[in-house]
Amino acid sequence: MSVPVPLDPPRRLVELEVDGRPVRVPEGSTILEACRSEGIETPTLCFLDTLTPVNVCRVCVVEVEGSRVLAPACSRRVEPGMKVRTDSDRVRTSRRMVLELLASSVDLSLASPDVGRWMRDYGAEPERYGPPAPAAEAGERDARRAGHHEEPVDGLAATVAQPVKVDNELYVRDYSRCILCYKCVEACGVEAQNTFAIAVAGRGFDARISTEFAVPLTESACVYCGNCIGVCPTGALMFKSEHDLRRQGNWDESRQRVVETICPYCGVGCHVELHVQDDEIVKVTSPLDHDITSGHLCIKGRFGYQFTQRRAPVGASPDPGGPPEHAG
Amino acid sequence: MDLHPIDAEPTAGEREAVDLVLGPPESGWRGGEWRPEVDGHVAFGGRAERERRHLLLPALQALQERAGWITRGGLGYVCRRLAVPPAEAYGVASFYGLLSTEPRPPRVAHVCDDLACRTAGALELAAELERLVGPEGATESGSAWLRSPCLGRCERAPAALFEQSGADSYQWSVAPVTAEQVRAILAGEPWEGPAPSDGAPQTEDLGARAGLRLLRRVGLVDPGSLDDYRANGGYAALRRAVELGPEGVIREVKDSGLLGRGGAAFPTGVKWEAVARQPVRPHYVVCNADESEPGTFKDRVILENDPFSVVEALTIAGFATGAERGFVYLRGEYPLAHRRLVRAIEAAGARGFLGEDVMGEGFRFDIEVRRGAGAYIAGEETALFNSIEGRRPEPRNKPPFPVTHGLFGKPTGINNVETLVNVLEILRIGGPAFAGIGTPESTGTRLFCVSGCVQRPGVYEVECGTRLRDLLGLAGGVRAGHELRAILLGGAAGAFVGPDALDLELSFEMARSAGVTLGSGVVMVFDETVDLGDVVLRIARFFRDESCGQCVPCRVGTVRQEEALHRLAAGREIGSREQELRLLSEIAQVMRDASICGLGQTAASAVQSALQRFQLFDGRSS
Ligand SMILES: Cc1cc2nc3c(=O)[nH]c(=O)nc-3n(C[C@H](O)[C@H](O)[C@H](O)COP(=O)(O)O)c2cc1C
Ligand code: SF4
Ligand code: FES
Repeated sequence: MSVPVPLDPPRRLVELEVDGRPVRVPEGSTILEACRSEGIETPTLCFLDTLTPVNVCRVCVVEVEGSRVLAPACSRRVEPGMKVRTDSDRVRTSRRMVLELLASSVDLSLASPDVGRWMRDYGAEPERYGPPAPAAEAGERDARRAGHHEEPVDGLAATVAQPVKVDNELYVRDYSRCILCYKCVEACGVEAQNTFAIAVAGRGFDARISTEFAVPLTESACVYCGNCIGVCPTGALMFKSEHDLRRQGNWDESRQRVVETICPYCGVGCHVELHVQDDEIVKVTSPLDHDITSGHLCIKGRFGYQFTQRRAPVGASPDPGGPPEHAG
Repeated sequence: MDLHPIDAEPTAGEREAVDLVLGPPESGWRGGEWRPEVDGHVAFGGRAERERRHLLLPALQALQERAGWITRGGLGYVCRRLAVPPAEAYGVASFYGLLSTEPRPPRVAHVCDDLACRTAGALELAAELERLVGPEGATESGSAWLRSPCLGRCERAPAALFEQSGADSYQWSVAPVTAEQVRAILAGEPWEGPAPSDGAPQTEDLGARAGLRLLRRVGLVDPGSLDDYRANGGYAALRRAVELGPEGVIREVKDSGLLGRGGAAFPTGVKWEAVARQPVRPHYVVCNADESEPGTFKDRVILENDPFSVVEALTIAGFATGAERGFVYLRGEYPLAHRRLVRAIEAAGARGFLGEDVMGEGFRFDIEVRRGAGAYIAGEETALFNSIEGRRPEPRNKPPFPVTHGLFGKPTGINNVETLVNVLEILRIGGPAFAGIGTPESTGTRLFCVSGCVQRPGVYEVECGTRLRDLLGLAGGVRAGHELRAILLGGAAGAFVGPDALDLELSFEMARSAGVTLGSGVVMVFDETVDLGDVVLRIARFFRDESCGQCVPCRVGTVRQEEALHRLAAGREIGSREQELRLLSEIAQVMRDASICGLGQTAASAVQSALQRFQLFDGRSS
């Protein structure tokens, strides 16, 4: 009675139309996948292949015939006969405005170069909302009362600018760069680590990623797996080693090498990429498409590399910054 | 999940308040007394606790009411009891306006400074409070006053809601209220409140009363008496429903042509049928009584004056859709409605109108009441489900829709209070007869919340298709000696019309063809004394305050919209006025087109309609 069970039963194909072209994709695909199969570039910010889409940034919106509003390509599933437009005026306007609104309120300077390119392609002009308001004091945004704000009578554009949170030796949180893509919360929660050290708190423009009562990470549930850093698209979450080098003006990717290796600690065998500058490891990543890690590591693989750098001092130290745990 | 506890203990009072909601802790693992002989030998995974996550918001509300704010010790205890990560519980607590994660004094006044109250002197009242009590939010006196969005008492503006925390915590509203009364209440002095009123002027006039269907019992019955309710036609509809059977009820509702009164005008019978047909079990029904659209107070009038009608109607919804459990999600700012509704549910349960065997007819139905905690967005149906489930009330992406994936991920029928109460009338006179009332596309009667600069503000019930002029006539027209300037139809999410719209027929189809919406039935009237620019700025502030913050178009768009309007108002345009207007219309477009939910999608509609219809912020009259 042994009947072979196909592990991945073949999926039926769905026919739809994207920008006037007929497209066939497997049932259950998203519009984004359909666009990709056709080589149509779709900007995304909150989407990541390894996480469940939350469709909050809205930069991927497309026009679906018969629908009153635009649909998020990253999560809307294709339906037979669907007619999708990815380049209409409505789509272009919304994408431009989303980029503009974000760039006018968040520091995107460390986001991927794609973002800058999309801003140019769509003609985003974040300056037209006026000069930015001064950065908030440390902790001020964390204490805002839900449903209340100061009236904007000063002619300045509100932003999320605030001091960097540096409360431990391993990584920093620079929420001036946070676009609230929810990825770190997903990675800290059910999608990877199941630690739940951070969540979205507050609401509206004052919504923010926070620990309970905004306590420092050292008092929170954080286990320093760094998986939030791995998924952050804007550099808001960053190795402290990278943060310190950047602050000193010494961060230089042209001087960096990526050494691929296997984490030495346990039998899982996670694939790690050591980013090395001037013979020092300055950060550790794992490839998103790696079938063991999906980009996620634990504290040992992510931060437990110092022992490789414990060299006996031979004459003068070759590294002016010192090993990362003493930096800054 | 390995929970990291908060390192602070609850006070005895906080523990008691939480235990009243959750019951005593089962073990030392969950915050009870540590008994080494038992607890030392068993470990608890927390699964049972996590299934009670829907009690998170009630537990947080209990903490708020006991201590005046959500302390670390209190939150930590709730987290241990329910196995909820502290960061998540904090994320929930910090979302709601009526919960505070920073110290707040035991006595607080929420003073409405929203649209209708502004036409009744709310700004002057606030200024006087600053003189009498101190600045908004100041806590030196052991009490505080805070500005609030619409409290749903617009017919007796200006309004205030008071909260007293402690072992004998209490909430109550006062409308109309004066600055002196607010001061006296905050100082703990005796004060005299205004005489009660039911908020529906038609009920005072015998002639008008005869034509009322939805308001038929308002002002007539004792809202605490089930006997009174039954003596006035109560529970005849449920009796009829049982005769018809679930499919028969759905047929009548479909035949009636009833469209939802919560704003989206979806056919109720179609919704119920879709839920009833879902093979997945259990099914749920939910009564949306969150009513937070500025200028809306119709559901409150029913809930306060005829609570049994909501209980009966939701029971019929449960019977028709195959649900054994119903929830009423009630606005947190409606303490009187809460007390009366809870009492009505208890009375109905005690007499067999709810419970294991409803009316001895062999079906089961129970109702739980959940209170909101100060968040307009929690009225959006999927945000409402998240709120009940103990999560942040952020709207979910649709599809999937509630009829298949609703509360707890199960098929759910959700309806507005007024929609549900219409079903009693449908079963009383029959679906086809109901369809004969109103217009062919908009059947039945509707409750309109008439407020602002009229002689007799209040809830008015009229046939769908009644002219706006006649509705205003019922309310006595514009205040004596004044002249109509503008009417806000449908609330902050609606649109302004001018005096030229008085012949508009108040039906879904005529509203649609006129490019306006009736929304939740708001008809707010402004005369020439009102600064419409100020009204528009208040609306913009409302949306910025109430955005959940999930999606970029709404989170940032509502901020940029408010900023641009302030620049216009102050004459500090970036570039020209035309440039600012163009910017505003582009912000409006991205919010309308790309926001996740109806809040963002309508956050610019009233603002845009005002900018297009009236010469605002041009240095001349506004
Ligand atoms: C921001 C927002 C707030 C809402 N608030 C309410 C509300 O307070 N009461 C209500 O009945 N519907 C409200 N709705 C509409 C509900 O999502 C839903 O359409 C309604 O409860 C369905 O009931 P109905 O079919 O009886 O109209 C709101 C919608 C949005 C987008
Ligand atoms: S439109 Fe506004 S309220 Fe709705 S999901 Fe987006 S941010 Fe939240
Ligand atoms: S109660 Fe003040 S505007 Fe409604």
